[in-house]
Amino acid sequence: MIEFTINGRAVSVDADPQTPLLWAIRDEIGLTGTKFGCGIGMCGACTVHVGGRATRSCITLLGDVAGTEITTIEGLDEAGNHPVQEAWRNLRVPQCGYCQSGQIMQAAALLHDIPNPSDDDIDAVMTGNLCRCMTYPRIRKAVREAATALSGAQDNG
Amino acid sequence: MGNKLLSRLATTPSGKAPHAGAMTRRGFLVSMTAAGVAFGFPRPSVAAMDPAAADGVPITPDGAAFEPTLWYWIDGDGRVNVNITRAEMGQHVGTAIARILADELEVAWESVHITHVDTAEKWGTMVTGGSWSVWQSWPVYRQAGAAGRTALIEAAAQKWGVEASACSVRDGVVSNGGNSISYAELVAGGLERSFTEDELKALPLKPHSQLRLVGQDVTALDIANKTDGKTIYGLDAKVEGMVYGVPLLPPTRLGASVSSVDDSGARDVKGYLQTLTLDDPSGTVPGWVVVLGETLMAAKWASERIEVDWSAGDTAAVTEADINDRSRALIADETVGAILPTQTPDTTGAFEGAADILEAEYVTQTVLHFQLEPLNATVFRNDDGIWEIHTGNQWQSLILPTLSSALDVPADKIVMRTYMLGGGFGRRLNGDYTVPAALASKALDGKPVKLVFFREDDAQFDSPRSPSVQKLRMAFDADNGVVGMEHHAAAGWPTGVMVPSFMPKGVNDEPYDPFAIDGADHWYSVGAHRVRAISNDLANKTFRPGWLRSVGPGWTNFAVESFMDEAALKLGADPLEFRLRHLKAEGQNAGSAPNAVGGASRQANVLERVAQMSGYGTADLPADTAIGIATTFGQSRTMPTWTAGAVQVRVDRETGRIEVQKIWLAFDCGTVVDPDSALAQCEGAALWGLSMALYEGTTFEDGNVSDVNLGTYTPLRMIDTPPMEIAFVDSTEVPVGLGEPGTTVIAPAIANAIHSAVGVRLRQLPIRPADVLSALKG
Repeated sequence: MIEFTINGRAVSVDADPQTPLLWAIRDEIGLTGTKFGCGIGMCGACTVHVGGRATRSCITLLGDVAGTEITTIEGLDEAGNHPVQEAWRNLRVPQCGYCQSGQIMQAAALLHDIPNPSDDDIDAVMTGNLCRCMTYPRIRKAVREAATALSGAQDNG
Repeated sequence: MGNKLLSRLATTPSGKAPHAGAMTRRGFLVSMTAAGVAFGFPRPSVAAMDPAAADGVPITPDGAAFEPTLWYWIDGDGRVNVNITRAEMGQHVGTAIARILADELEVAWESVHITHVDTAEKWGTMVTGGSWSVWQSWPVYRQAGAAGRTALIEAAAQKWGVEASACSVRDGVVSNGGNSISYAELVAGGLERSFTEDELKALPLKPHSQLRLVGQDVTALDIANKTDGKTIYGLDAKVEGMVYGVPLLPPTRLGASVSSVDDSGARDVKGYLQTLTLDDPSGTVPGWVVVLGETLMAAKWASERIEVDWSAGDTAAVTEADINDRSRALIADETVGAILPTQTPDTTGAFEGAADILEAEYVTQTVLHFQLEPLNATVFRNDDGIWEIHTGNQWQSLILPTLSSALDVPADKIVMRTYMLGGGFGRRLNGDYTVPAALASKALDGKPVKLVFFREDDAQFDSPRSPSVQKLRMAFDADNGVVGMEHHAAAGWPTGVMVPSFMPKGVNDEPYDPFAIDGADHWYSVGAHRVRAISNDLANKTFRPGWLRSVGPGWTNFAVESFMDEAALKLGADPLEFRLRHLKAEGQNAGSAPNAVGGASRQANVLERVAQMSGYGTADLPADTAIGIATTFGQSRTMPTWTAGAVQVRVDRETGRIEVQKIWLAFDCGTVVDPDSALAQCEGAALWGLSMALYEGTTFEDGNVSDVNLGTYTPLRMIDTPPMEIAFVDSTEVPVGLGEPGTTVIAPAIANAIHSAVGVRLRQLPIRPADVLSALKG
């Protein structure tokens, strides 16, 4: 049994510790918003937060997350209204949508670490997330919009 | 054009009685499982039918519903449910199609819901590809909407004892003088009216000026669930009692057989169940082995410890060079191939009498779909004895007969439930990946099997874009006038291997794959024009050539539009002016109603527009920097989407790196139905074009593609994405497709820009820095 917290709930998973975290989240815990793309950490579709850090769950072993706090797309905001999600909807970023959970988790982590990212910051961080529909122009804009929304919220107190 | 496939697919079904054995929803609702409940999480249904519903389950009518045609119903609450046969793979297709219907029906967008239907026979042909969805749905769903509007107005008029023509309708409310009544009330009061096919065709449609939803901005119904993880894709399918399977792929796509399997090394893998050598009566997956486990990783880990001895097919040593050499040999043999029905296909005289001839060869590499959701399918036989295929798929009607053969049951004993697609791009037009899942379940007497391809398997089993070799020739008279052109194109043929019966015949009575040659039959007036489509037999037996976003026009236009620049420059003409001079709406290029009104003049118009937008020929640019242009008609002459592109590049002479600085695009697609989705499709298509021009491509080695994951296969990333400016021509013509056309102009525009910037001509795709350096060194 490997115990950790996911989206604020304590869970214990009875699976081989060598299991990639991705499959434990999807198939054991049953949260399928986190996606499988390449299996080698190079597309970003499987991105979740482990201890607040954007983490590729397909190359993270279940045994290594014991005791950590994990957040998936389902837990980023209870109502799905994190400023990044709102920006994604406002700008209609998703096409097929398959990579977007990972894109959103990556963007949310980026804005947590760098609240006012430059264009180069956004490109440098987000370029690790592949979007096969090529929604990159809208992702760029949405990250900027979310950054503005977040900094506005902070300024307002 | 005698494109039989198009005409068949354009035939839409309606009026048929619902299929008697149509599946109830019980079959899949029963599979809402309790897994995960232990952790207290809610479980969505596995039936991802309505992309806007959090559980994927479509709405059902509240009380009696009025169903004027099979395409929708209205219930007593005024809710409108529109049935969509097209797969959702990022194009927001349900939103576009439902809006066409809702506009004619005269209802508010807020009352509209959509259902992506299963493969019951009543829906007719189910295919999502070719950029056809809006174009083909436009007349059908308009008629359907008009039918409901007509019936509801007549019902209200009858109630009030007035003429229907004296009534008006807006947002689902019929009015006459002081009377008004909602659709909801009319339906709740009971309403039965159906229409014959002839009656539907005779219904009056709203004039363009009164369209209220078409062309307006509405929120796409599928987007919200794609921002919070709720959308259910094929890979998310979960069926009670299912086991997981992963494939072990044979060394060749065809012709392989299994000599022996030794799973002794896997038996101590916890959760390993068994290994199946598939018996495939359909011949789709010869030599396949599927490893089953209680969990996906159990199956995967076991598969890594299983020894399989195969007898390979005869393509085990084939390389990309072999395939291209075969193309060249076929091109050199004038007796092979199909001659397309251009206006003057005999070019003998033009070339024999030419004062000068230009000739060039263009080569494009194999390209992977790499749709981000790897191939997968979940199959089981339900309690009613029906085989259920749960997966994302683009051409259900194509694979159903194959599944019928593989499972050895009639087609009406199989139903496909189409989930949201984590990318299609043409890969899921070929449903071959459902067959091994079905065979595995069949071997277990219908037990649910979820077959998952890891990325490397997905890539190896791709139906990639075929490598191509093309030879183009142009004949000039003594006054530098163009008197003839030839285009010889050789590649693997997707339609040739998948649905040969759908191929039209050329003027020499030879069949051809329109998708592998479209684009070469361009709208330039060039005198005699010979277009020869050649099927590469070595490609066809080494792999399953795929329809990949824009298919043939992705390579034919690279050749045509590079060659037009080469021809202009040879004559000392401006490439823009040279193109415009030959885009004349005359003869076969005059265009015709309803799909190609205006012909070549509309292509000239978008070309001029993009030249103006980009400042082509007038912009003052730094050294080694230039703008290149290209223009196409999108996918095919039967459905031209007039397209033009300009790309600004800077070439680094030291590294050979091409920096793409900006892209401009202009489209004339007729009526724009869904403006924001239209823009999104064009953005994505153009960036696919850029990706295939500079960043991605693989090669066949030892009978298989040599790049199988992102370590070496390198599609476009955000950091290399340039700014884009995209314009649509205002038009009230028939709406045509937008999923692919943007792809077609980017590569030639880049090649033309590179030549303009540094004077070297690159005639192969992708164009890598090493190619540029090599060309610069001369």
